[in-house]
Amino acid sequence: MKHLLSATTGLALLMAAGPAMANRVFVSNERSNDITVLDGETMEVIGTYPAGNRPRGITISPDGTELYVCASDDNLVRVFDPETMEELHTLPSGPDPELFVLHPSGNPLFIANEDDNIVTVVDVETREVLAEVPVGVEPEGMGVSPDGSVVINTSETTNMAHFIDTETYEITSNVLVDSRPRFAQFTADGSKLYVTSEIGGTVSVIDPATQEITKKISFEIPGVLPEAIQPVGARVTSDGKKLYVALGPANRVAVVDAETDEVLDYLLVGQRVWQLAFNPDETRLYTTNGNSNDVSIIDVETDEVLRSVQVGQQPWGVVVAPN
Amino acid sequence: MLKGIVGLLAGAAALAQPAAAQGTDPVLIRAAVLRVDDPGLPPISRLDLPPEDLGFAGARLAIEDNDTTGQFMGQDFEAVEVTASPDTAEAEMARLLDEGFEFIVVMADDAITLALADQVGDQAMVFNALARGDNLRGADCRFNTIHVAPSRAMLADGLAQFLMWKNWPDWFLIHGSHPQDQAMAEAYRTAAAKFGARIVEERLYEDTGGARRTDSGHVQVQAQIPVFTQRAEDHDIVITADEADVFAAYLPYLTWDARPVAGSAGLVPRSWHPAMEAWGGTQFQSRFERLAERPVREEDYQAWLSLRILGEAATRAQSGDPEVLKEFILGDDFDVAGFKGQALTVRDWDHQVRQPILLTTGVLTTSVSPQEQYLHQTSQLDTLGVDRPETQCQF
Repeated sequence: MKHLLSATTGLALLMAAGPAMANRVFVSNERSNDITVLDGETMEVIGTYPAGNRPRGITISPDGTELYVCASDDNLVRVFDPETMEELHTLPSGPDPELFVLHPSGNPLFIANEDDNIVTVVDVETREVLAEVPVGVEPEGMGVSPDGSVVINTSETTNMAHFIDTETYEITSNVLVDSRPRFAQFTADGSKLYVTSEIGGTVSVIDPATQEITKKISFEIPGVLPEAIQPVGARVTSDGKKLYVALGPANRVAVVDAETDEVLDYLLVGQRVWQLAFNPDETRLYTTNGNSNDVSIIDVETDEVLRSVQVGQQPWGVVVAPN
Repeated sequence: MLKGIVGLLAGAAALAQPAAAQGTDPVLIRAAVLRVDDPGLPPISRLDLPPEDLGFAGARLAIEDNDTTGQFMGQDFEAVEVTASPDTAEAEMARLLDEGFEFIVVMADDAITLALADQVGDQAMVFNALARGDNLRGADCRFNTIHVAPSRAMLADGLAQFLMWKNWPDWFLIHGSHPQDQAMAEAYRTAAAKFGARIVEERLYEDTGGARRTDSGHVQVQAQIPVFTQRAEDHDIVITADEADVFAAYLPYLTWDARPVAGSAGLVPRSWHPAMEAWGGTQFQSRFERLAERPVREEDYQAWLSLRILGEAATRAQSGDPEVLKEFILGDDFDVAGFKGQALTVRDWDHQVRQPILLTTGVLTTSVSPQEQYLHQTSQLDTLGVDRPETQCQF
């Protein structure tokens, strides 16, 4: 274990004690260039680990054996053993990888290259680039349909959701949405696609079958300037009942009835809330709060904020290990 | 002088699936950038020497951005770049109008911008990417001109809000002798009255054409500036209005009293700064630096934003028809993102683009105005500059 330079004694003990992988929470810290690992049960910080330069997008393989991190300023994806946080290898990513999405089967990885107007498709086993798909300016949000047939990329300056066929790696459709689309999220049954627009202040509800916008969700919070309401991360429960939307500098997460797409509530979290992740049984939702350097933990059943936990500098992305 | 055409079809043709454009030729949307260079003295710091592609580099980035989106829309953008002197500006504009350009980005001083806008009339839409004159948004406003550059009033108000938040209400105003310096000083007087600051003393720093940039320059400066600023009324901060770039940069650390400097030096209000990283700004910076191989300047940002307004209108209106685009830009539904954390829109009373003002030091963005304490019934951005009830503009 001598490579775990930044691990605390506590962690060494914990990891020696057994797998305890389930429910472990991984947070990428964009400014401090590291990953904070939390125990989802005790909500305590287990340890902090170096992650390369400007780690942002973070995800984990379906079997929980590989943790993927976009090291944006290193122009590659770093792959860690989530158990030991030892770096296993790297993946080519194209320049400035920001966000990515893993195919539901666990392979390949679809990476948005923010500086280069492309989406890079990488085989996580052979570590080879399978394709580069030209998209709009500043590609950012990445979503994948539950059946894995379609990947969505959102381009922040072009303001489109690009539908990419995962067989041919070609764009089949482009949907114009409001300004600076940040994130794309399908419902678990694939019947709806949510795309957040940071500057537009809306979430577009798109019918993936027709690629038509069926509704735009907008937000209004008493005492908060409309310009401060900037939707970024979004997650929908797998029963399709509740959608959570991180509202950036509004410091709130919106709770939306995902059946009617009407806003139910706003939950006060930390400052500049950015990305969201559920734990595997969807009882907890974790939020990264970039300006207050913490993570808020929300009880999904009661929609109450349970507590906040201090992490590294400018937390960006979050993922929870599968069961 | 025709400097070149950017943003041709190369990129678009190589693309896999221009979904909207398949099978048809893309619609060409043309613009021109006319930069009128003032043959004045060089800046007092060699770091501020203007690069040859000043403004044009920003325009090129906008065309690249527009073209990338245009691939999916069946639209292709180009911008011709023209430089002129004050004497040739009119002839160059006449040529652009003859060639049928209907969107023209103008980078010129207040007087030339106004003259060119009058020359253009209803033949084209002008994007003012440089001139800050409050008169251009007021008594001398022209319907055909969109002011992308912030006005002096917006810059002064942005700084004033911050200084009031900082609780530094007593200002020692030093202004230069050139007309633009006087205009900027007037903007600070107005801002002081608007936000409750006091100008406790004013001094004029006359441009006598003295020995700047001589071998002994710094020696002279070190002797002169403390003397020039001594025995001023008690003040919290020195505000400089020196658009002609004659003296302000000499003031920090040389004032008689130990006071910070703001305005044309020290804490400077600007539309953009190359260290700005918030709101996706890093991506803009790195795209620009890769293209131009230098840090961005606010002139580049303003030219970029001008052509992005055109591109955004073409995307949203899904049209390349100049009349449709002009109407859309001036319509209620128009907004554009400019890496400033909120949608940028056009004021209908004077065609000024609403925008946050960055307060910057040499290496960083210190703050961004409007400060959150200053509220407004329609848009917080309208706490900066001349608001609807006060406007003297009549189209």
